[in-house]
Amino acid sequence: MSYHKPEQDFTLYGETFSSRFLLGTALYASPQLMRDAIIQSRCEIVTLGLRRQNPANRDGDAIWQYIQQSGCRLLPNTAGCKSVKEAVTLAEMSREIFNTDWIKLEVVGDDYNLQPDPFGLVEASEILIKKGFKVLPYCTDDLILCKRLLDVGCEVLMPWGAPIGTGQGLLNRYNLRTLRERIKDVPMIIDAGLGAPSQAAEAMEMGFDGILLNTAVAKAHNPPLMAEAFGDAIDAGRKAYKAGLMQKRQTASPSTPTIGQPFWHQQ
Amino acid sequence: MTIELSVNNESKSLAIDTLLSDALQTWGYGNSKIAVAINGEFVPRSTYTERALCNGDQIDIVKPVGGG
Repeated sequence: MSYHKPEQDFTLYGETFSSRFLLGTALYASPQLMRDAIIQSRCEIVTLGLRRQNPANRDGDAIWQYIQQSGCRLLPNTAGCKSVKEAVTLAEMSREIFNTDWIKLEVVGDDYNLQPDPFGLVEASEILIKKGFKVLPYCTDDLILCKRLLDVGCEVLMPWGAPIGTGQGLLNRYNLRTLRERIKDVPMIIDAGLGAPSQAAEAMEMGFDGILLNTAVAKAHNPPLMAEAFGDAIDAGRKAYKAGLMQKRQTASPSTPTIGQPFWHQQ
Repeated sequence: MTIELSVNNESKSLAIDTLLSDALQTWGYGNSKIAVAINGEFVPRSTYTERALCNGDQIDIVKPVGGG
């Protein structure tokens, strides 16, 4: 007998995926390690970017070849853009070069913690959606911001766990729980800030739909093995969410029956 | 007559009325997977053969890289 309930689809903009893990392709020590991490993660979506490069520099070619060979869906980003105009222009460049209207929209509001600019994010989302893009906004865990992003047509939200590259885990559980409670029917992916598989499992146990990360895998001593560990943790967290966690209690409660306890005598 | 412009923040000179498609060949981007913006505006690939470059143009040429 199987106790598995039929898995709800992980569907983003009408496309269904069996993996809930989205992996970044930057910061690996070699293109081969990136390739192996993608394979071991079992991910089906990878993020990538666009940058100025000297035409003689072919460093990016191997990365691009491996990404293509992976068969993963491409999710280009607008990383580093600090204005609506920059983000919109880079999204248009991405759409042409990668032949996809999916965009991980980043509008950076602060250089210190790379915090998304909520006002620019909403404005850029609205413009891009009118241009036919399918926007996956990298946002903070602010409920009202997320509602505004839905208002302008975003069908997926990607709130941060912590600032990019910090490995801090879920910094604001109250906000994240509130988001999940108040926005039940929209896919939400925790994007950025996770450092350990246990943190990814916790996010999935809270009911988030997927995990996007890069640094925690790329900067591990063994990126392919860490990618596999994150994949396992995301699967475990999802199963735990579906199974339903027990309620926490303040006091101990024996799990072994107290009736029939040996060596006990009425005083 | 020549014009001065900026390519990925480097100064370049070109003959006046050079088309973007010809300039990309000259700069070594002929067969590369690239996208182009001029003065912050996206330039679709289909218009490269029609777009004449102007003095002072700021051109961004980007290629795929790993990203998070």
